Amino acid sequence: MIETLTALAEPNRLRIVELLRSGPRPVGEIVDKLHIAQPQVSKHLRVLKEAKLVDVRPQAQMRVYELRPEPLLQLEKWLERFRENVDARFDRLDAHLEKMKRSRK
Amino acid sequence: MNKATIELPSDNEMLITRWFDAPRELVFEAMTKPEHVRLWYAHCDEMVMRTCEIDLRPGGKWRYVIMMGGAELVWSGEYREIIAPERIVSVERFENIGPGHDMIAHLGLEAHGERTLFTNRLVYQSKADRDGHLQSGMETGMQTAFTRLEHLAEKLRSRAA
Repeated sequence: MIETLTALAEPNRLRIVELLRSGPRPVGEIVDKLHIAQPQVSKHLRVLKEAKLVDVRPQAQMRVYELRPEPLLQLEKWLERFRENVDARFDRLDAHLEKMKRSRK
Repeated sequence: MNKATIELPSDNEMLITRWFDAPRELVFEAMTKPEHVRLWYAHCDEMVMRTCEIDLRPGGKWRYVIMMGGAELVWSGEYREIIAPERIVSVERFENIGPGHDMIAHLGLEAHGERTLFTNRLVYQSKADRDGHLQSGMETGMQTAFTRLEHLAEKLRSRAA
């Protein structure tokens, strides 16, 4: 979770993730779109790969990067817990009911 | 963990359903006595309940004042029907959006042994009112999420430093 957020917190890495949303792309294409030097892009891709946000596979002479949905789904699940404040409120009521139950035993 | 479900049975209604792992009498008490409501309704990092008045009888009034990020949010209403511990019908309003947007809340508690099924059917005057309420809830939730993200980012920053 923190690994995912840390990886996404860098603007260029976020742009790479945005770029890969439309489908897998070879490194060369990512370099062209981002207008930053290849070594920088490679460094960012390595961080994204370590965070399991992307996967790489060879295709002919190219290295093609694609998004891995798992960490993003985990992030979505986490955010969803805050989306409806009604849920947070009911969770607090749960905790309070547990206290009431204990004090009445 | 139990999770609230929100359904939209018609254009001007919202139905909230939620299971609680507690007997009905306890849930009713936690939801209707100010000394309890104060401890869960808006009791968290982002909000605090400043006023909680409940006059639990038909025709009786209630009023909740919540402080959130410097803003004062006021909900109030009148009870129309009370059948303890299973049913409360109340006319309610969010005072911050001004008059003319009252809704009717039909709160039900169904006993299932040691568990309770909570339902709240909210009937609005219009679809616009209903959607506005849904949206504001989501915005508040998102705001909370962003505040937490900010706290988390601060923690990460101080760790990196």
